[in-house]
Amino acid sequence: MLQSVTLKIGGEAGFGILSSGTMLARAFARVGYHVFATNEYPSLIRGGHNVITVRIATTPFTSLNRDVHILVALNKETIDLHKEELGAGAVVVYDPKDGQVDGGLSIPLTEIIRTNNGEQVMRNTVALGACVAILGAEFEVLASVIRDQFAKKGAEVVNHNLEIARAGYDEAKKLNRESMKLAPGEKKGEQLVINGSEALGVGAVRAGLKFAAIYPMTPINSLITFLADHAKSLNLVYKQPEDETAGINMAIGASVAGVRSMVATSGGGFALQVEGLSLAGMIEAPLVIDMGMRAGPATGMPTWTEQGELRFVISAGHGEFARIVLAPSDAREAYALTIHAFNLADRYQVPVFILTDKYLNESLWCISEEHFKGDVVIDRGKLVKKEDLPTDDSFKRYQFTQDGVSPRSLPGMPHGQYFANSYEHDETGHVAEAADKRVAMAKKRLAKFVAIQKDIMKPVVYGEESADITFVTWGTSRGPLQEAIKGKSANIVHFPWLYPFPGEATIELLGKAKRIIDVEQNGTGQLASLIREHTGIEIKEKILKFNGRPFFPDEIWRQ
Amino acid sequence: MASITSESFKTGFLPTWCPGCGDYGIWTALKIALAKLGIGPDDALLVYGIGCHGNMYDWMRTYAFEGLHGRALPVAQGAKVANHKLPVICVCGDGDCLGEGGNHFIHAAKRNPNVTVLIHDNQVYGLTTGQASPTAKPGFKTKSTPDGVTDEPINPLTLALTAGATFVARGFAGDIPGLSELIVQAISHKGFSVLDMLQPCVTFDKVHTYAWYRSRLYKLEQPENKIRAIEKAMEWGDKIPLGVLYKEEKPTSEDREPALEKSTLVESSLDVADLPLLLSEFK
Repeated sequence: MLQSVTLKIGGEAGFGILSSGTMLARAFARVGYHVFATNEYPSLIRGGHNVITVRIATTPFTSLNRDVHILVALNKETIDLHKEELGAGAVVVYDPKDGQVDGGLSIPLTEIIRTNNGEQVMRNTVALGACVAILGAEFEVLASVIRDQFAKKGAEVVNHNLEIARAGYDEAKKLNRESMKLAPGEKKGEQLVINGSEALGVGAVRAGLKFAAIYPMTPINSLITFLADHAKSLNLVYKQPEDETAGINMAIGASVAGVRSMVATSGGGFALQVEGLSLAGMIEAPLVIDMGMRAGPATGMPTWTEQGELRFVISAGHGEFARIVLAPSDAREAYALTIHAFNLADRYQVPVFILTDKYLNESLWCISEEHFKGDVVIDRGKLVKKEDLPTDDSFKRYQFTQDGVSPRSLPGMPHGQYFANSYEHDETGHVAEAADKRVAMAKKRLAKFVAIQKDIMKPVVYGEESADITFVTWGTSRGPLQEAIKGKSANIVHFPWLYPFPGEATIELLGKAKRIIDVEQNGTGQLASLIREHTGIEIKEKILKFNGRPFFPDEIWRQ
Repeated sequence: MASITSESFKTGFLPTWCPGCGDYGIWTALKIALAKLGIGPDDALLVYGIGCHGNMYDWMRTYAFEGLHGRALPVAQGAKVANHKLPVICVCGDGDCLGEGGNHFIHAAKRNPNVTVLIHDNQVYGLTTGQASPTAKPGFKTKSTPDGVTDEPINPLTLALTAGATFVARGFAGDIPGLSELIVQAISHKGFSVLDMLQPCVTFDKVHTYAWYRSRLYKLEQPENKIRAIEKAMEWGDKIPLGVLYKEEKPTSEDREPALEKSTLVESSLDVADLPLLLSEFK
């Protein structure tokens, strides 16, 4: 019996590939397995090759492996494209109408659909039934997910899908292939199967998000779906702006009026938001930006992952102003860092980035439900209460303070009047171009760089303290690395907080390292350059991948 | 509380506009209108664009947002959603609102937020010393069009009408009583109200003077249906109409948000009401 199995389901776009993978992952998570799923697809709606990879294991894991154990081919192309990935003893589930596959498991998907009065798009349901049988699980494991998935469509649709899945299950059972049987899972509590965008969304609403203006763009679209679907029940407004520029200005307007607000986009959309970022820096508006990276430049490869925008978000915006850059490595961190991001934005009245990528946003992660249920502390920083405003109208929105952060009133509050001014200004917000006034206000804003130091999260070390090799990395490259160092004398220094850069902590950690290797999904080693800039440590060895695909653990040692 | 008058908005700073600029008339009319509506310095948010008009915030004491060139309308809509009880008024320029921010203008009109936009329409970019604005009429010679404008001008009124604005009017900076009355009506209108304000640029435009306008302007009796309003909006030349061209009642973008039914967003609870239900979707 196997402790871990990787399945790949492939077919033409529009054939429900993503939902098949989601249902499979969810089914096994419900009965105590650890799961993960990630999709690969071209930037098309119909046609083109779609594939979802699902790993199911009895114990927790942090990455996919390259080898596929079960390949479910909903068309012939899937076999041709993925046969190289098959591990020893792998099973190919295929439809005999696509021809014969030596040693494969022939399941007459089309024939079963025909005899059960189903539609072509339901072939994936037959295949799901077959997969569950091959993995040695009870049919009920799948049935419970089918019932929930189609509940809204009524009993008839539920039963029809159950019948069709059952037929696939029985067909595979008949063929009696036991080699892919999973060892039993152990249920230790409720697990959620949630993608990175959704986890980030749950974090945002738990932090009190009230307004989001997001122009559609891969890979953050499921955050839009999450917010739009729940706007009513969560008492928030999601607005689809005419462009990303409008989006960031709307979010800034809402923030100045007093609500927690955010935008989300990818590199190209963020390029349009750069002037807005500078505005937020100047008027000191709290703002959270989810920047979902994908392979660039320009339109690049819209549906493929990359970590190419670290330098971009750090230096974006005309003029000098403070900002914070956080980079979650999985959906668990996406949730927690998003809550943190909203508090930091209010505490320092600065823009805060959550730097994500396609792989994080669109992959399905398995996380304990408890993680999302913890108490959330909300810190609105120096937001004043109506009753605290001096009645003599002496309130100064941009008052000089030690930490550079000033009290903030909201439009409509009596005696709190001020000018949120994109021009250089004095303590009340009036335009000010005198040399001394300019320097004083610029220094106030820049003082935030120092103030933020006390909140900087140190890099996190994974693996043994003293090891022969130290990998430095950020974002989602952490997971594959963690699998890669198992059983080796290697550790990982991972940076969930990237800016202002944790220089001192990095010197402390890397100063002791015997051999340092930088691992990033970009072509230039942006983290390595940042480390050199802030610590003087030059990392010469780099493992860089920028083909749009995430790392596999075995690639780390091959290079 | 002392009653609100034009004096309530004093900042201690004096205008830096050129003597005779149409902005003075607009500024005066706006103060009269706000006072008439009982909107004091702490009661509204004025969102300005960048241009000569935008410098008004410095001598106009209210909560104000002086943002980026062209981006006043998105800021205004975000603020309005956050606190829909707060009057939100955009003070924009023609280059600002119809050039750099043209797309925002169209989309604001189509959403119908309860926001007022006052467009300073003088056909030139004054702050950058006299280039043609999107409303500049053919033949008009400016620093960027030495042989005269050749493009078609943007017509803010027809654009607003066809994009879905629910209050469309035109005023004149040289008629302070008439303009302040139009501003009152625009702010009082529930929905997206557009007021195009014709104003001479005394420094960079020697053609469209106060006298030029006065000899052509006439006042409309009352608003009409949309087709008639478009016809009126297209009148230009010997006769130029002033007044409310079009007005309709329609749900605003705030009316259509369920989250705003009970309270403003800024006053609403930050807690997730039913967390277990929300999380159950991912099981």
